[in-house]
Amino acid sequence: MHAPETMKPFRHIGTRPVRPDGVDKVTGKALYGPDFKAPGMLWGAILRSPHPHARIVSIDTREAERLAGVKAVATGRDFPTLESLVMHVGEGASDIVDVAHNCLALDKVLYEGHAVAAVAATSPEIARDALALIEVEYDVLPFVLGLEEALAQDAPLLHDNMFTKGVKPRPDKPSNASMRVEMGAGDIEAGLAGAAVTVEGRYTMEPVHQGYIEPHACVASWNGDGQAQIWCSSQGHFSVRSLTASVLAIPQSDIRVMPLEIGGGFGGKTTIYLEPVAMILSRKSGRPVRLAMSREEVFRASGPAPGAIIDVRIGADADGRLVAADVEFKYHSGAYPAVDAGAGVSSAIGHYRIANTRVVGTEVLCNRPAAKAYRAPGAPQVNFAVESALDELAARLGMDPLELRLKNAAKPGDPQTSGLPWGKIGWIECLEAAKAHPHWSSPLGPNQGRGIAGGYWGNYGGPSTVNLSVAEDGTFTVATGSPDIGGSRASMAIMAAEVLDVPYEQVRCVVADTASIGVSMVTGGSRTTFATGMATVEAAGEVRHLLCQRAARIWGASPEQVQWRSGEVVCLSGDKQGETMSVADIASRSFHSGGPIAAVSALSARGWLPGFGFHICDVEVDPETGHVAVVRYTAIQDVGRAIHADYVEGQIQGGVAQGIGWALNETYIYNEEGRLDNPGFLDYRMPVASDMPMIEAVMVEVPNPDHPFGVKGVGEVPIVPPLAAVANAIKAATGKRLNSLPMSPERVYAALHPEG
Amino acid sequence: MPSPAFHAPDTVEGAIALLAADPLARPLGGGTDLIVQVRSGRVTPSSIVDLKRIGGLSGVRRDGEAFVIGAATPCTSLKDDAQFSAAWPGVVEAANLIGSVQVRNRATMAGNLCNASPAADSVPALVAAGATCVIAGPAGRREVPVEAVPVAPGRTSLAAGEFVIEIRLPAGRRSGSDAYLRSIPRTEMDIAVVGTAANLEFDGEGTCTSARIALGAVAPTVVLVEAAGAALIRTRLDDAALDAMAEAVRAACDPIDDKRGTISYRKAMAGVLARRAVRIAAERAGVKA
Repeated sequence: MHAPETMKPFRHIGTRPVRPDGVDKVTGKALYGPDFKAPGMLWGAILRSPHPHARIVSIDTREAERLAGVKAVATGRDFPTLESLVMHVGEGASDIVDVAHNCLALDKVLYEGHAVAAVAATSPEIARDALALIEVEYDVLPFVLGLEEALAQDAPLLHDNMFTKGVKPRPDKPSNASMRVEMGAGDIEAGLAGAAVTVEGRYTMEPVHQGYIEPHACVASWNGDGQAQIWCSSQGHFSVRSLTASVLAIPQSDIRVMPLEIGGGFGGKTTIYLEPVAMILSRKSGRPVRLAMSREEVFRASGPAPGAIIDVRIGADADGRLVAADVEFKYHSGAYPAVDAGAGVSSAIGHYRIANTRVVGTEVLCNRPAAKAYRAPGAPQVNFAVESALDELAARLGMDPLELRLKNAAKPGDPQTSGLPWGKIGWIECLEAAKAHPHWSSPLGPNQGRGIAGGYWGNYGGPSTVNLSVAEDGTFTVATGSPDIGGSRASMAIMAAEVLDVPYEQVRCVVADTASIGVSMVTGGSRTTFATGMATVEAAGEVRHLLCQRAARIWGASPEQVQWRSGEVVCLSGDKQGETMSVADIASRSFHSGGPIAAVSALSARGWLPGFGFHICDVEVDPETGHVAVVRYTAIQDVGRAIHADYVEGQIQGGVAQGIGWALNETYIYNEEGRLDNPGFLDYRMPVASDMPMIEAVMVEVPNPDHPFGVKGVGEVPIVPPLAAVANAIKAATGKRLNSLPMSPERVYAALHPEG
Repeated sequence: MPSPAFHAPDTVEGAIALLAADPLARPLGGGTDLIVQVRSGRVTPSSIVDLKRIGGLSGVRRDGEAFVIGAATPCTSLKDDAQFSAAWPGVVEAANLIGSVQVRNRATMAGNLCNASPAADSVPALVAAGATCVIAGPAGRREVPVEAVPVAPGRTSLAAGEFVIEIRLPAGRRSGSDAYLRSIPRTEMDIAVVGTAANLEFDGEGTCTSARIALGAVAPTVVLVEAAGAALIRTRLDDAALDAMAEAVRAACDPIDDKRGTISYRKAMAGVLARRAVRIAAERAGVKA
């Protein structure tokens, strides 16, 4: 099924109905990860390392085990011996050995907050007291936090078997560089040498956290017969199942994962931290066990997005045509190898046509929590550097920065950084929409400046399963395996209702557990509306077909004599010509006309297209305090086709809000002992509502020809441009270029008052 | 670890007896600091004595020439008293910058004072206002300037069994006004990197007759900068006077470098915000600065 260039007007696509899960959520009835309780449940707690790097000499749990009320104690020794196996779970790939050791350290702790032991007890207080009775003897090792420090010859090594991947020949010595990725075309040095104007700069930032409101939490119950149930919130309960089964070396079908509502993930809930530990404690105690992180544990031990050092050189000819771009960056990967560098390389400069390019990314291990996906993982960091440098280049050229981008923007058929051609992308359409938008030409007040930046994200398709069934009264249920983090239940219901041509409320959508629906990849990579949507459309088409067949059978007509029209079946010829049969009529007679009516679509969606965004940001800088207020923000994005307009705009606004937070105030602060100094929302400063202007989301629709309704992923693109958009606006307001994030009042003040 | 015992006496004397009997007891106002500290393990009281059931400890009342704010009065309810808000807008705005609306529906100024944080928002405004507090204890009642209560971060001058029962501010006819400003990286839900309060009085000609400038988060306790006030008195808040005031403010700062701010930024902001607070207080008093 392909989207025609011109489609008949839609009945539901692009409308804004109330989401089916909305009432439960706004009335507080929805069950999130930490809300779930099971009869007989024990309370778990985790002992975490106070050291950023140490060898575990011994762990004595005897005193803890003797405490009344303690039912089980676990350490890394309780995991089976595992062979190295890299598993891809969407927006990340991890070796299961690392996953297990991150859940409970085995020989070494690699960051402050690394889990060392766990207990399960009859109350949270007893569990907490039991932790204090566990004696851990550490051999404290030198630690390293910084990127360049970790790459130094004499740096402490996190893993003595780490040989940089992607370097040929294989290095003869281990290092903290876990991976190097390089792409490019042409001759970079010749390209730069031939440029009329060049700029270069170094851009830096510390790691930032995804900042989901709901902490990680789960309940696990593992029975003596080997079968287990896990209740948790995640971005993918099938990944929870496959990762947990792998690290415990048990069959996946012995674990049933029940998806609870998710209170934010942004990529950070595509992995597991607690589930195998709760499983081990449950097996030992014979009781269901709950584990939940505190906010402090979330900050100390769950995945931040990598910090970065990015060096950029860009050159243009005298007319402003980009001729060369050299980007070399290093990303924090934290305690274990991560994979953001690859996405960073392919997200750096592909939105422009440049003949000579070289993009190199290196993943660097250091004594911080293992980096995890964060909304367009790997893209915002490098985009900050590239789009800041382009702003500098425009100034050198004396050229309007939007015209510079428009002049060089990639269009369909142009090569990406990988060399593959772009498909039907809407980047130029976004730039044209920005130019025509009243924001672009509106006047600015005193101390105000306007910045722009553009960016993109590759998006994804992948495996999804949908089961669409007809109830006896003719209503429909769509069951998916995709956790709903951005309104996907509403979007699936819209797409099914569109195909079936029935009222939206006649279709309800649920997220089914791992035993009740086929495998589905994580909700991540901006894939769900695209891929699970494709499966929904396919299943709805099949159900429509079955309903026609069934009506024909009841009428005694042939299938060719009937047609689906306005949500019911109409008979086109024969003695029943002109008669109609409603879904309710067919469904009520289904048991005696061939059985229940349902269809399953299990597919690996292909034909996804990247999303492009262009942002305009106005800031007002207080010259006496350095305080930056974002006073107007417009985010223009090619969304393919918006299925539920509110949730597309919501994704754009949410991404921008997170990007503004990253730009202005969010940052990890480590002290001299290698311990995180701001593990809470007071000093890890995410923006609050009053920090935000109204973010205007402008949807540009360049439909994806390979999706039945033209969908392109929308959720991740909007966090890519804000870092540079804000930096460029500050430059415009103050004349000062800030190369380091966050651009906090103190940093801006220091730039404005270099004398102190 | 056992949970602390919880007491909710209905008289001041009952609360004194409970606090005096247990050296590890802690009084509870709104609890917005205490409960957080208990949960994080920073304090481990053996008992908690709730003050909110004690008659007369909630609300704002007039007592002759004074406004009396009961120790259990939540910050948001200060705004409901029109006379108090008109007389002390700076105190009211400072108390209503603490935390979030939900926090301020519980939090009290007496609690903010006795938590003894150098960054407390309401304390510089109270010090600038010349507020006093009444302390009740086993030895009876005493009234002291609010700045006498905090002596170091997290430490007060209160003796065993003592607690603050009310805060008192002048209620006589004013020819001046006050203001409070703080520096935070965000716009709300934050802790002061620097706080500055100004309380000014003027004669009929617009000449400053009295000025009290107080600073938060730039020293171990809130600082009353007498030299800064003196720089404004007998002036019409001309640039030279404001410069001298700001210079005195910067000189009085003795801040630390920490994750919330550096010494140099804190000093610079104290000067900037003190000027702005003085201007706002003057405008509120109907004087053009």
